[in-house]
Amino acid sequence: MTALAFVETDEGFVRKSSLEAVSYAKETAGDVAAIVFGEAKDVELIGKAGASKVLHVTDERLAQPNIMAYSSVIAEAMNQEQATLLVLAKSSLGDPVSARVSIKVDAALVSNVSGLPSGDTVKRSIYTGKAFANTVLKAEKKIISIKKNAVIVKENGESPEIVEFSPAIADSDFTVKILKVEKQEGNVLLPEADVVVSGGRGLKGPENWGMIEDLAKVLGAATGCIKPVSDMDWRPHHEHVGQTGIKVSPSLYIAIGISGAIQHLAGINSSKYILAINKDPEAPLFKAADFGVVGDAFNVVPKLTDALKKVQN
Amino acid sequence: MKILVCITHVPDTTSRISFTDGNTKFDKSGVQFIIGPYDDYALARAVELKEQSGGSITVLNVGEAETEPTIRKALAIGADDAIRINAFPEDALFVAKQIASVAEGAEYDLILMGRESIDFNGGQVHSMVGELLGLPSVSPVMTLDIEGNTAKISREIEGGKEHIALSLPFIAGCQEPIAEWKIPNMRGIMSARTKPLEVREPTSDVSKTQVSDFELPPAKGDVKLIDPENIGELVNLLKNEAKVI
Ligand SMILES: Cc1cc2nc3c(=O)[nH]c(=O)nc-3n(C[C@H](O)[C@H](O)[C@H](O)COP(=O)(O)OP(=O)(O)OC[C@H]3O[C@@H](n4cnc5c(N)ncnc54)[C@H](O)[C@@H]3O)c2cc1C
Repeated sequence: MTALAFVETDEGFVRKSSLEAVSYAKETAGDVAAIVFGEAKDVELIGKAGASKVLHVTDERLAQPNIMAYSSVIAEAMNQEQATLLVLAKSSLGDPVSARVSIKVDAALVSNVSGLPSGDTVKRSIYTGKAFANTVLKAEKKIISIKKNAVIVKENGESPEIVEFSPAIADSDFTVKILKVEKQEGNVLLPEADVVVSGGRGLKGPENWGMIEDLAKVLGAATGCIKPVSDMDWRPHHEHVGQTGIKVSPSLYIAIGISGAIQHLAGINSSKYILAINKDPEAPLFKAADFGVVGDAFNVVPKLTDALKKVQN
Repeated sequence: MKILVCITHVPDTTSRISFTDGNTKFDKSGVQFIIGPYDDYALARAVELKEQSGGSITVLNVGEAETEPTIRKALAIGADDAIRINAFPEDALFVAKQIASVAEGAEYDLILMGRESIDFNGGQVHSMVGELLGLPSVSPVMTLDIEGNTAKISREIEGGKEHIALSLPFIAGCQEPIAEWKIPNMRGIMSARTKPLEVREPTSDVSKTQVSDFELPPAKGDVKLIDPENIGELVNLLKNEAKVI
């Protein structure tokens, strides 16, 4: 069986979550072709993660992520490769693309998948991480959209064969115009991050986020926050974690000055480890956490940052 | 402007989730059902757009009779009429097919819904409807402004946002801060009782996924508390036990 893996890039570098998709495809199907749009400076990594072939799409009209056109190209790639499985990482591009491709190729689609399949059944996270549903994909063609950490990336693959891929795309796929993209460069992206450092109202104001950023920096972590913090514009909305924000599944989630409202916990409870720092020993977050420090964040966080710096030197 | 708003009927965000019948059915006992929070944003924006430029709002739900109080709430918030497709929403494809068949030939200028439901969190329906109808779909939409036949949208992406322009009609999956949630007032609640709610039978029975059973996450062990004066121990745990640094 052949699987296709959709690989996304940031500033020309392959996303880590996409490498997870490639490895997932490899473990499930045996033979993997990956598809990547535009420049991929580290295309070797796609081979290492398990793809024997990389379809490289160079059409200039696709320099920006056009959802309808990407979907058409990916559906075409599945047909060309006779792929019966498409694997991709859940993302703001992967979500709409997977749904459209599922209609185009008549596939069963499951998202938020948290582990490798057993037969035609996958485990996916539901109720915002409060439960799982073992779900059967009832069609010959299948699309699996995975959560972060659904699989460990293997790095034993070979150098991939790189093939140009430029199917014809209908003009009707280009009716949506992307006028401008605003993106913070250089920061670790929240859904990609292996460690997330998040702050709540306990930080008192946006001017105190320096210590969150310092800690994130030593850990190579992304920064997150609770809903009221983004509602008050202390932090940008794309950092909002929880039931109505981003759901994260990093290896470590550090919650600082966050009480642990059920809606916030919903977005973080598939983290491997949770560390809570809160001055209130009764804060509900301590019930969800693996490690906890009862103390003043303004004292504990800088100390933790310093101690980590020492260990790393 | 003619707007269709698709809503889900889902457990309140504070609900404890549990299952019955050998983990094959969601346990509804003691659970309060609400309009999906993201759908509520879509509805709120639809009400604002109607206030600005007139038109009508139809709400649509695919669900069994038990969802009618949730639909009535949407009518109380400001929708003019409602359609309920009388079926259990089997999966995203099943729901998308029902929505597409309602929309076909009905000439909606806009189809709004939440970015995802908070029960199954698929985030697939809007794009499936778009593909079925041959229309663009955009999600998650943070702002939506319409002038004449053109819409300007900002869409959240990882680490930022994208500014988009497109022509009507299209489908949008909404999230905050597109509008403030609206609370129905007394007049709205009274008038909702008599607004038309049409029940239709499903037009397709296609679904491609099926839940075999549910699971709850394993129970968490007790938290390991570390003295704030002993941060070295915390670093040690992170390094050697969690192995994350
Ligand atoms: C429909 C709905 C959806 C929601 N979705 C989300 C969501 O997606 N994400 C989300 O986060 N919330 C969400 N919320 C909001 C949620 O219910 C909480 O309001 C929110 O998480 C904030 O909780 P809080 O007010 O306890 O503030 P928090 O910021 O969580 O609490 C402040 C904490 O800081 C501690 N503290 C204060 N000073 C210090 C100090 N110096 N050092 C250490 N600790 C200190 C306090 O002890 C307290 O525990 C949602 C709510 C609703 C109704």
